[in-house]
Order: sequence, then structure tokens, then C-alpha cells
Amino acid sequence: MCLAIPARVMRVDGDKAQVDFGEGVLREVNVTLVNAKVGDYVLVHAGYAIQLMDEKDALETLSLWNEILAAEEE
Amino acid sequence: MAEKLKFRDPELAKSIAQKIHALTPKGKPVKICHVCGTHEWTITHYGLRSLLPDNVEVIAGPGCPVCIVPASEVDAAIELASKGTVIACFGDLLRVPGSRMSLLDAKAKGADVRIVYSVSDVVQMAQDEANKEFVFFAVGFETTAPSTAVEVSLKPRGNLSFLVSHRVVPPAMELLARMEDLQLKGFIAPGHVSTIIGLKPYEVFPTKYGLPTVVAGFEPLDVLFAVYMVLKQLSENKPALENEYVRAVNWEGNVKAQRLISDVFTVQDGKWRGLGTIPASKLALKPEYAAFDAEKKYRLRFAEGIDSQPGCRCHLVVIGKIKPSECPLFMHACTPQNPVGACMVSMEGTCRVWAKATQV
Ligand code: SF4
Repeated sequence: MCLAIPARVMRVDGDKAQVDFGEGVLREVNVTLVNAKVGDYVLVHAGYAIQLMDEKDALETLSLWNEILAAEEE
Repeated sequence: MAEKLKFRDPELAKSIAQKIHALTPKGKPVKICHVCGTHEWTITHYGLRSLLPDNVEVIAGPGCPVCIVPASEVDAAIELASKGTVIACFGDLLRVPGSRMSLLDAKAKGADVRIVYSVSDVVQMAQDEANKEFVFFAVGFETTAPSTAVEVSLKPRGNLSFLVSHRVVPPAMELLARMEDLQLKGFIAPGHVSTIIGLKPYEVFPTKYGLPTVVAGFEPLDVLFAVYMVLKQLSENKPALENEYVRAVNWEGNVKAQRLISDVFTVQDGKWRGLGTIPASKLALKPEYAAFDAEKKYRLRFAEGIDSQPGCRCHLVVIGKIKPSECPLFMHACTPQNPVGACMVSMEGTCRVWAKATQV
């Protein structure tokens, strides 16, 4: 039940936003809890965006993994 | 996201699994506990346990918010429903056993019980059907509590109130950390709960209990890297708090959500099915919001309740003491189609996750 799914913000209208979960279909979610702008990725849980996810941070995960793998090679 | 594919790269999984093997001291059992139904799903679905050394065991703690709702709270919702109030809840809750029946049984007997995807659906229903009384049975951890808080803070129509069963995770982790016979060596902390609460609430685990604690995401590689990070800390004997899920979790968490939670709720001692009463673990509406508190509005009294069905071992499953397959009823008398205990009901219950894996 704590599952949250990333979606891309396509339109913002007050505390509501239209987002795309990658299916090309727009769905309405509540964005009261985050300051979302068009183009942002948000994590959506039970109809509410609960956190922003930026692409830079996603890449950071990959670099953290690579770092861990590389550090051990030495 | 496009990067997603890399998050499941089997080559990367193989290299990290090798590193985990290289790092693990032979023989001594290492038990690492996660507290999230979605982590259990990832681990089971991708068969991650088979990649780990025999002596590294990843166990599932109380990570299913539906499974730990005590029967007394389900009973209270059923009582309201039987008196004509519309009960709205997430689908997972419908079949959770109360003392004598579930909300689904009550629905079959004619009660108006509705499944919603979001609390905002109930707000809409209460607006559209102004002649009816609605109660939202608000279940979930810190991930879900903010959405309830948003709607309560907006003061919805007077015909809607909330039966608040929200629980917070860190106190339950602390209970596990104190169980000496469980012999935990580290925690994988729940990623989506952490998007809200941030990292700070987990500081006690390394500092006070000497337990490595790593917040992890939900891709198979996230979980494997988190296991590696825990083992690495153990091997260096430097328990710390680390964040593997940097793409969604930061130190402070979602401050706006935290503020809403503390505006609307107070924290109380709360009963968890299978775990007993845990200090400061349950959210309740503040007196300012009494008008929206179903407990006060309907003067609900919570009787003792029968949490455990005969033969069910959910109370041992939720703390990771036994695996679902060690319960004699698992996949015999108890199946997803005919669940006996709460752990077989919810999509995130450990027994349900294991049942799904054995069925495919
Ligand atoms: S398999 Fe069924 S009866 Fe056994 S512990 Fe799990 S939910 Fe309870």
C-alpha cells in the first residue's frame, strides 16, 4: 500500500495536476504536498504527489552504484 | 523514467551479488530486516534471496499497514456501516478480518462499504451525496497520512468524518531492535515512508542500537545495494545511517507533508495487530478537528477484539520470526482466495506476497 509510482507532470492547475505515468494517458493527481512544475517527475501515492524526483538524483543513484562497484575493484 | 532499465541490469546484479558474497563472513548468520511490503514484493518477485549467501537472511518486518490494523478498529468500522454510515476504504482493507467478520462480509450483508483509490474520492462522494454520512477508514503509514491530513485540513463537508488508523513506522522498528531473540544485524528502511519523514527518525538505530540502517528504493538493484551497504558497515564495524534511495529521499523529507501531519494529528500509543501496543505509534486527530473525528462523532468504543484467527501465525510472520511457508496453514487452509489471517489479505502482506510467488 505504500507503493508510489513516478509520473511526469504535464499541466498544473492550482492544487491539481495532470500527470503521465508513462502510458500516454493523463491522470489527475493532487499536488498540495509538493511544488511541482510542468516537466517535473513526481512520486504519486493514492492520488497525491508525495515527493519530487529529479533526473539528476536518478543519475546520482547510478553513480553511487558505480562508485561502490569501482571502490571494491582496487 | 528512461533510466529504469539500468536499475534492473542483470549484469550489475551479478557483480553486486559477487561483492556481497566476498564481503560476508562465513558461517555467522546475518539477519537484515526490511519493513515494507513493496520491498518484500521486489525481493520475492525477483528471487533476490537466492542471490544472497546462505547465512544472510533478509526478513520482512511489519511493513504492511493493512495487516497491522487491529481487529477492534475493523469492528468499529463494521459497527458504523451496520448503522447506515457509508464506510470508504482502500481495497486492501476490505477482507482484513475483524473479530467476527470483515468489511467485505458486512458489505455482503447489505452495508454500504465502498472501495476508493484516494481519500479525495470520498470527499467527492460526500459532496455528491449530501444526505448520507460518510466515514473514511484512514489506514496507512507516513506515506498515506499526508493525503488524509490535506483533506482534513481543508475541513470537508460535515457529513464526512475519519476513522484514523494511521501508524508510524520508526517506533515499530524500535520494538524489533529491542527484541533480543530476533538478533537483528541491520535494517533496510522503507523508501516511500522516508520520502515523507526523511532520514532523521532512523538515527537512533545506528547510534543507540548499533544497527546499520540503509534507506532503499524498490528496484531489485536498490535492494541488493542496500544489503551490500549494510554488510559493508558490519564488516567495518561502523554502523551508520545511509541513503541508497537518493532519487526520492533526502535528509529532511517532505517538510510540507510533515507540517500538515503535525497540524492535524497528535501521536498516541497504538495497538498493532500481532505486535501489541507500541508507544507513540498511532496518529489521532487533534481536538480542533474533533468534528471530523469519527471516534468522537459516533462515540466509538474499541472493544478488545480478536486479532488472531485460530491457527494463524501472522503475529510471528509480521516480525519476521517465521517465514509464511513455516505456517502449517500456508497454501492449505489459507490462500489468497480464502485468506485466514490479515497477512494473506493485503497485496503487501508477507504471506500474500509469498503465495503469489508460489502460484506463478
Ligand atoms: S499463511 Fe495464513 S494462516 Fe498462516 S500466518 Fe499467513 S495469514 Fe496466517
